Formats: sequence, C-alpha cells, structure tokens
Amino acid sequence: MSSTVPLRLYVNGDRHDVEVEARRTLADALREDCGLTGTHLGCEHGVCGACTVLVDGQPVRACLMLAVQAEGTMVRTVEGLAPDDETLHPVQQAFWENHGLQCGFCTPGFLVLAAGYLEEHPDAEEEEMRDVLSSNLCRCTGYQNIVKATMCAARTMRGESPEVEATP
Amino acid sequence: MSGPLSEPETWTGRALPRLEDPAIVRGWGTYVGDVAARDRGCLHARFVRSPHASGRLISITAPAGVTVFTAKDLHDVQPIRAVLHRPDFVAVDTPVLATDRVRFVGEPIAIVIAASESEAEDALDLIEVEIEQLPAVVSTAHAIAPGAPLVHDVEFPGDPNTVVDGRMHTDGFDDAFAGAHRVVSIQVSSARQSAMPLEARAAHAAYDRASGRSTLHATLQMPHVTRTGIADSLGLPEDDLRVVAPDVGGGFGAKMTLAREDVALVWASRRMRRNIAWIETREENFLAAWHSREQVYDVDGAFSADGELLALRGDLVCDVGAYCCYPVTWGVEPLMAMAELPGPYRVREYSVRSRGIITNKCPIAPYRGVSRPMQVLAMERLFDVAADELGIDKVKIRHANLITEFPHRSPSGLVLDAASHQETLAAAVELADLEDFRSRQAAALAQGRYLGIGISCFAERTGYGTPAFAARSRPFTLGTEQAPVITPGFERVILTMDPSGTLTLRIGAAPHGQGLKTTLAQVVCDELGLRPDAIRVIASDTDQTPYGWGSFASRAMVIAGGASMLAAQELAERLRVLAAERLGGLPVDIDLVDGHARVRGSDQPGVAIAVLARDVYHSSHLLPDKGDPALEAVGVYDPSGTFANACHIAEVEVDPLTGRTVITRFLVAEDAGRLINPAIVDGQIHGGIAQGVANALFEELIYDDRGVLVTTSLMDYLPPTVAEMPHIDIVHLETISPASITGAKGVGEGGTIGAPAAIANAISDALKPFQVGVFHIPATPHRVRAAIRSGTDLHVIPLAVPTPEPEKEAQR
Repeated sequence: MSSTVPLRLYVNGDRHDVEVEARRTLADALREDCGLTGTHLGCEHGVCGACTVLVDGQPVRACLMLAVQAEGTMVRTVEGLAPDDETLHPVQQAFWENHGLQCGFCTPGFLVLAAGYLEEHPDAEEEEMRDVLSSNLCRCTGYQNIVKATMCAARTMRGESPEVEATP
Repeated sequence: MSGPLSEPETWTGRALPRLEDPAIVRGWGTYVGDVAARDRGCLHARFVRSPHASGRLISITAPAGVTVFTAKDLHDVQPIRAVLHRPDFVAVDTPVLATDRVRFVGEPIAIVIAASESEAEDALDLIEVEIEQLPAVVSTAHAIAPGAPLVHDVEFPGDPNTVVDGRMHTDGFDDAFAGAHRVVSIQVSSARQSAMPLEARAAHAAYDRASGRSTLHATLQMPHVTRTGIADSLGLPEDDLRVVAPDVGGGFGAKMTLAREDVALVWASRRMRRNIAWIETREENFLAAWHSREQVYDVDGAFSADGELLALRGDLVCDVGAYCCYPVTWGVEPLMAMAELPGPYRVREYSVRSRGIITNKCPIAPYRGVSRPMQVLAMERLFDVAADELGIDKVKIRHANLITEFPHRSPSGLVLDAASHQETLAAAVELADLEDFRSRQAAALAQGRYLGIGISCFAERTGYGTPAFAARSRPFTLGTEQAPVITPGFERVILTMDPSGTLTLRIGAAPHGQGLKTTLAQVVCDELGLRPDAIRVIASDTDQTPYGWGSFASRAMVIAGGASMLAAQELAERLRVLAAERLGGLPVDIDLVDGHARVRGSDQPGVAIAVLARDVYHSSHLLPDKGDPALEAVGVYDPSGTFANACHIAEVEVDPLTGRTVITRFLVAEDAGRLINPAIVDGQIHGGIAQGVANALFEELIYDDRGVLVTTSLMDYLPPTVAEMPHIDIVHLETISPASITGAKGVGEGGTIGAPAAIANAISDALKPFQVGVFHIPATPHRVRAAIRSGTDLHVIPLAVPTPEPEKEAQR
C-alpha cells in the first residue's frame, strides 16, 4: 500500500534500522518494528500518557510523534530505565515496593515520566511532582501510591533513605 | 512497608510487594496488544459501526479488494442470548453483527480485515452503509410512554420497552408508612459512565491448521465463560477454542461481558484460517464497550419523630441501553438495586419497584459497584435531608438506624453477616473531628468561603457464590433441555506440588490488576510452611485452568482464596501423614515450617518438604499411605456471600462563582475482615475512591437528542488526574465473619460505592447557605453554579419526550 522509508532509530542505546510508512507513529515503530512492547497505547490521542517515552531526555507522547521525527534523536523507553536485568531503576524499585501499580497498563508511562523528571530535578518536592504526574492517567491506583513511590524514588536518587517519614 | 519487627509471623497480613510487579515495571508484561505486535504476519480487523441510533440496515457495499464480512456471511452464527428465569424478564437476541436493524450508535455492522491496522482503517473509509433512519428512543421517560417506538420487536408484558420490572412489598408497609411522623421524599440520579479501563478492548484470534483449534487472546475477566459464549455462538465444541487473558489492563466489570467483536473475530479467523488482531480505539471503547450508572431513583423514607426509619419506598429506574449483556443480563443494575437498597440500615418495611428500561443507547453492563453507588447516594442523601427536616444530628440519625445484630435479615431476604457498621461510623467521625471542622467551616464562611463535610455508610456485598446468583431467577429443575439460565458462583482450584517441592496453583478466577497471584500465594504458603516464591499461580488460560467464573463482584479473594485455602489444607494434611510415618508421631503433631516437616516441640530438623515430594513421585511403591502417586489437591468453594462495610467522610470546598468543587480531605473507616495483604487492600480502596470521585464530579457520557454519543474522547470524558485527587486516610477495623473461611471480605468496589454519596453530602453541606442540595451526579461546576444562581436543588434535567402528548415527569 503506502510506500515506506528507511529509518534509523536509537532506542535505549541500541540501533534499529527499520522500514516504516511515513505516517507510522513513534509508538507503533517502537512496539512493532523495534519489538519494544513496554510502551503502551491507551488512547492514541495524546491524553492518557501511557505511551510516554523520553526523546533526548524530554517526555513525549509516542502516539503523537511520527517515527520519522525521531530520526537522529536518542529515545528511551521503559525497557531502558534499568541499568541491567538484575537491577531496577530507583523509580521502578519504588513503584514495586510501594504498590504503585495495579493492572500495570499505565505504569510504563508513569515510570518514564517520573524517571525523566527526577533525573533532571532530584530535589523535586511533592507538589511539583504531583503537577508533573498529572500529565498521565491511571485508572486503578487513585494515584496515592504513585505519588508515594515517586517521592521515595526521589529520596533514593538524592542518596537518602527511601523510607517515608511519618505523615503528619 | 513496615519494618521487619512489626511484620506478622504469617505470610497473610503482610504488605508483601507483589510477585507480579518486577516484570511489569520493566515493560515485560504481555497485554493483548503485545501478542498482536509480536505476531508479525497477523491480519488486522476493524469494525464498521452504526452512525445512527436506530435504523433499518438497507445495504453494505465495499469496493473490490476489500475483505469485509457482514451478518449475511455469519448466517450460521447463533446470536448471543442471556436470560433470567422470571416473569417480568424480557429476553432478546444480540446478533454478532447487526442484521436488519441497528439499535445504537457504535453497533458493529461489519468486520473489515486487512494486512495492517492502518490499512484496515483505510479500508473502513471505503465501505458504504445505507441505513434508513427510524425514530430513536433516548430516554426512559420516552421509552415507556404510550406509543413509543420499540427498541426490539418483542412482547413486553408491561410498559413498552420495559425488560425488567421487579417489585417487592412487605406486609406491614402500608400501615408503617401511613403512621409515620414524617415522610421525606427525594429523587437522586446519575449520568452514564464508562468503566474506561486504560487498556481498551483487544483480541487476537489465532487458528492452528494442524489441530483445527482456535486460540483467542483477549482482555477479559471471564475467560471460561467467554469460551462458552463463543463456542455456543459458533457451534463449536468448547475444546476447539482456547481462551487466554494475558496481562489485562484493567477491567472494573467492563471486561466480564461477552464482546460481539470477539465472536466475530474468532469466526473470521477460522473462516480465513489466519491470525487476526483487533485493537479497539478509545473512541470505539466509549461508543460500544458497555456503559453503566444511568439511573433515577425516587425514594421516600417514613420516619418517626426521633429519626427512626420505619418504612422505605423506592421507584428505581435504570436505563439499560439497547442489548442484553452476557452472562449477567440487563437485570444486573435494577435487580441489585431492588435487593440491596436498604444497605446497612434496619428497614423493617419495604416497598420497591425496580425497572430496567431499554433505549437506543450503548448497552449497560456491570461497572465497579453496579447500582450500589446510586443506592448509597439515595440512602445517604435521604438521611441528611431527614436529619435537617427532623432537626436531628446527621451522625445520630445514622447511629439510630444502622444494624447492630448479626446475622441480620434484610426486608429483601438478604442475610448480612457479622460487620461493624456502628463502629466504622464512629471511627470515621472521630478521625474527621467534626467539632473542629464546624469551627473551620464557620470561620471560612465569614470570609466568603464555602466548606462542607459529608458522610456515607454502606455495606458492600462481596464474595457471593451460586446461591446469590440463583436468587435472581425463579427456581427451575434440570430436564432434558439445557438449563435456561447461566448461574455463576463457585470457584475451583487445583494445587499441585511437583517433585522438587514447588507448587503450581491453577485457578478459575482471572485477575486483572488485583495482585491475586500474590495474595493467593500468601494464603497457600501459610498452610504449607513455604515461601511465596515457591508457588506459581496460573490463571486466565482455559487450557491450563479449571472451569471458573473469573474475577468480578469483589469475589476472587473470598471465593478463589477460600478454595485455595481448602486445597492447601488438604495437601498439608497429606504431607503431615507422609512425614509422621518417617519422623514418628501422629500427623497432628507435625508442623510444616520453613520448607520442612517437623514434630512439634522436637529439636530435630525434621524432613524437607522437597524430599517428601520427590519420594511421592519417584518412590511411589514405598508410600506408607498407599495414596495417590502425586501431590495434588482440588479446592472448591461456593459461599453465599459476606458483607464488607465502611464509612467515608469527604471534606470539600466549593467556589460559588465557578461552581468548582475541590475535595480537601477524604477519610475512610473500612472493615474488610482479615486483610491478606494490607497494601493491596488500601490500593483497592484508593482506586475505587478515584472512580467514585469521577462519578461524583467529572465523568459523564452525553448523548444528544438523536442518540448520538458526543463524549467520545478523553478531552470530553474526564477521568480525574492526580491533581483532582485528595490524600486519602484509611483506618481498618477487623470483623472476622464465619461467612468467609479465610476471614477476608471482598474490598474491590467499596471505594466506588461510598465516595459519590459522601461527596454529594459534602457539597450539599457547603451549599447550605444557598439552601440548595446535590441530587444528581456528576455535580459539575456548571450544574453547581446553576443551582446556586437559581436557588433550586441540583437535579437531573430530563430530556423532552418527543411524543404527541408528552408526559410530564415529576420534578421534586
């Protein structure tokens, strides 16, 4: 049908040479052409944020960006957060320990969003993080443990103890 | 998580991090879309859907080269049919694809197949559908008006378009009602809502030429029942179909109903002998993936002068849309409302009429709480209004009417087991510090700020098995024909210990985010002295699990949990018998601890469970009990049900200029019995409350007067983000009821059930200076502002009935 274009993507440090239709979204290219299905599609109109990935360090809705627009950038997905298969990223670890996920469908988007922001702003306060996290939708958790987990991760990333101090 | 010192010695009771999570946080989960993405050669399907609410299907034409199937191609496919055995129930067929009529916007008409998702979408635009429009019925008032167009051409025993008409009237009702000091009458209502799981529907049908079998991966809560439904429609033996629900991205009830699209997909896959995927768009999910909550309840409470509720009357109307959901039917909302309206309150005399009325809108199906959010809204608004009219304190009037003795038989015949209704109310009120709030409220009012507080108490019926579902139908006997009704209820598990001493638990329940694999592992490991990482729980695959009813209605922890406990106890007993033989002593003297069987009180190391397991399989000729040369136990549990209970208190601030409500504090006193995993319990409460907040303030599916859904994106339909959610404080009480063998009560729906009423009461409290109250949800800013400006209560505004003689609907 439609003609395809060759495209070189750098995702999580790996090079992917793929052929895509010009209209293909970055999300579809990641999921189907690069085999990285951790990036989820919840609405495909840019509201839910489940497909959030980092493009050159900035959070992007992968459903609203064309794959060809990512040429020459460094893309990071949920699969690229942890340094290796034995270790979790502090945000992943905190989501696990603080029951920050239920069905897990929105989780990759929240993890990428929180990790990307905290890596640049490790001193973020809770109000600031709530503002950041309000970009994405979760239908299961009521956000309580997403906020709690994110703040625990922030403490870990600052080199502090992740334990929550008693809430007043 | 609390530190090791405060950890209980059992696995149950611990906030154990979930076994499911390490893979999911890495992005290694497998959802249906991932199955499709990894199947490079699979075809893709899209559905042609009706753009009209009602019409006659004249023709469907597609250009050459486009693969499309319509009802004509599916002529040998049986329609979907779900029924209840009761005289007021009207049954209809749901064709898999629309035949000669379309009955709601979004109804599937044809399935288009192409090589990729985008090509399927391109092909969709090439298909021409000719429909002769017919008058649509878009409100219940219109639907039951004399001469209204019929949504289905079937016999209605009562009013037109009325498919369920349940009634109940206790003997002493008339006298109690007539003799009351005061009758308080209110009408409450809710807009339509979508369960809106973040993963919309999705399915991948694979066909295996060698065996002739199909495998359907779909995002489901009831894999076994889905297999039955599809096999019935396609005329297949169930063995020819394997249904798998891999990781499921949320369900909330919306994925327990058989999807017409899934049946069509399996049919097309078998016809083409190819793998085909269908990934629903968010727009389709809003249009066609089940709605709920569009209900109007007129309720009259007859009170004594000191606030005792002497008699309760209800006229409950549920708009159930255009088709009957399988398997629980369109009786699900009205019949639950009829049975459970009195909730945790002592109601001696009860008169109720509860109707399901069909319209040309998307069919309803269960959504978290089903009709209980509305029941609780009705009862809790009633008590607040009665307290005001009678001059009684709002806490006192509830204490005076909450049940205190158990088991308690409700006027509709439900038996409420041991619970703590009075105590949860007291605990929540103490947490709220009402005196402090009233002084803050007065100080704020002096500055022109409007604060309010609202209470809601409820009983959450959970973990109900076959007896509860059987009660929805008249009794019937089994004969030579297939039984007329599908009656869900039991759960069955198979627990196997392999020769290395590790466990596999196969369950009929089908988790979709509840962490059930973790909590069942906790229950089983306590019986067997093993660690949760020594057990693999297998669920949601009809080839690998015993027939079960899946996960819905806050049942899995109670019923599958009970069945798992029974299986583990049986297996533990066998291990004790085997160990006693070689360690000396009686089986009752053997403890299973830390992977070993030991004689109680002895300092000997005992025997490793792994050794016992190995010997059962590999030295079976030496087994002392001459038993089964395998370690396997089957657990079956089918309880009649147990009631969790809670009290919610919401504090709000309402801006009278914009009508915007901000929830400033949310308190919960919950009694879910024994908490198997407290973190998971709190997570269920948090998430439930978010959906209750959504119902109370934000989410609304809006149809225009021609029956076209106008809220089809997440820009129009507004689930709360973290910015709209308050911090939630929870305290737990623990009533151990014999109605659940694990002691656990279900807790999946309570948040959604209780929150709307607490919020509506809180807004009404805040708006007291304006003398207006909230009786319709969502209480959106424009509605609240209009109520303040007009000085009239916030009620539903009914659509005009387009008949020659419009019937006036009473506005109270």
